[in-house]
Amino acid sequence: MIVTRNLQKEFDGHKVLCGIDQHIEKGEKVVVIGPSGSGKSTFLRCLNMLEVPTGGEIIFEGVTLTDPKTDIDKIRQRMGMVFQQFNLFPMKTVRQNITHAPVLLKKMTQKQADERADELLERIGLPDKADAYPGMLSGGQQQRIAIARALAMDPDVMLFDEPTSALDPEMVGEVLEIMRELAEDGMTMIVVTHEMGFAREVGSRILFIDEGVVAEENTPYEFFNNPKNQRLQDFLSKVL
Amino acid sequence: MMELLKNIGQGFYNAWFPERRYLAYLSGLRMTLLISLFAVIIGIAIGIILAVIRVTARNSRNLVIRILNRFAIIYITVIRGTPMIVQIMIIYNLIFTAPNTNPIVVGAVCCGINSGAYVSEIIRAGIESIPIGQMEAGRSLGLTYSMTMRTIILPQAVKNILPALGNEFIVLVKETSVISVIAVNDLMKMAGYVGSRTWDVIPPYVIAAAIYLIMTLGLSSLMSYFEKKMGRGDRK
Repeated sequence: MIVTRNLQKEFDGHKVLCGIDQHIEKGEKVVVIGPSGSGKSTFLRCLNMLEVPTGGEIIFEGVTLTDPKTDIDKIRQRMGMVFQQFNLFPMKTVRQNITHAPVLLKKMTQKQADERADELLERIGLPDKADAYPGMLSGGQQQRIAIARALAMDPDVMLFDEPTSALDPEMVGEVLEIMRELAEDGMTMIVVTHEMGFAREVGSRILFIDEGVVAEENTPYEFFNNPKNQRLQDFLSKVL
Repeated sequence: MMELLKNIGQGFYNAWFPERRYLAYLSGLRMTLLISLFAVIIGIAIGIILAVIRVTARNSRNLVIRILNRFAIIYITVIRGTPMIVQIMIIYNLIFTAPNTNPIVVGAVCCGINSGAYVSEIIRAGIESIPIGQMEAGRSLGLTYSMTMRTIILPQAVKNILPALGNEFIVLVKETSVISVIAVNDLMKMAGYVGSRTWDVIPPYVIAAAIYLIMTLGLSSLMSYFEKKMGRGDRK
């Protein structure tokens, strides 16, 4: 579904990604972990071209994203993204946040989108917040709505960029719960996170990114119980 | 003491009533208002164009945009870094050399060119004050750059831009008085004419000051009315 070949990214001469080759299949739940500054968020943000790679290729459903002729806006409609800082639209109600893109891009009429929004709000357990503004909600609620907003476009894959890192500890659970349900429904997910419990339970494959390369990848069981890479062993001994 | 007050009263009387001098102020006021109005329009037009260039150049590798951006920066730096009276003298003698040029056009163009530089920086700062995450969120949903700018960024930026823009207009109305140096019969110039008739310059200038004050106070209360109206939906 997503293939990266020798993916590289430099910021002002500083190499952040030094060649990442990945094959992500439909239905996989890939969890990316690594120390801060290792390039894991950059890797994720390259996948939908929010960061433009400085080398290598990304192929999504047979389309080369790194080709300048590709209409990246069309592609992004099929790739949902959830941010660390939620990034909800503060001047729009929760319902408008969810329906804005599908209606503007003529994927749905306003009426269809409203129905879909109510359905999604039901699913994330916030049916009574449709007319609230983001600023009136807790971080956990905002992040669940951000997930709903991304799902409203019916994406083929969901990218999560440290979705729980900006949350108070007691709100982490509710967001992970939504993500867990999403995984059970068969969504293809790529998740950058520090939540090791989530990685172990939900991930189908774990990547350890360190200094811009995938230093180790494995199934959760092998990854956590039998890490081979020295840096990964150090990292796990610190976070577990 | 009484004598002094009487003299002052007489001075203001002379500056206002004889020979229907109040008409001079009114025609000057009319000129000032017309120049301000057209200068605001020109200033906003220039300001928007420059701001669009400056903002798009932020993440564009397009050569044309980058060259335009260079010009925009030079324009803004020069206009903001030189006195308006000097700019007026240069523009007036450079462009409006024909004897029958319309004074409203001259004044509006001079003030508009000046104001445009400030307006563009106000708009740019307003847009750049919106967190980058808003643009990323819009783009990640598949919206184009211009869709996101139009429906997500600008509606939020307007709230930051409007108060500063209101201030700029108030400054502009006052600054149009400088235009009197190039023989445009605005409020300032007319006050000077009255003074040269009555041989007592202070009362007419005080009257002009009062009229400017009424205009700027009116504008600022208009602005705070709009701000309140805009702020109502604000729940940040």
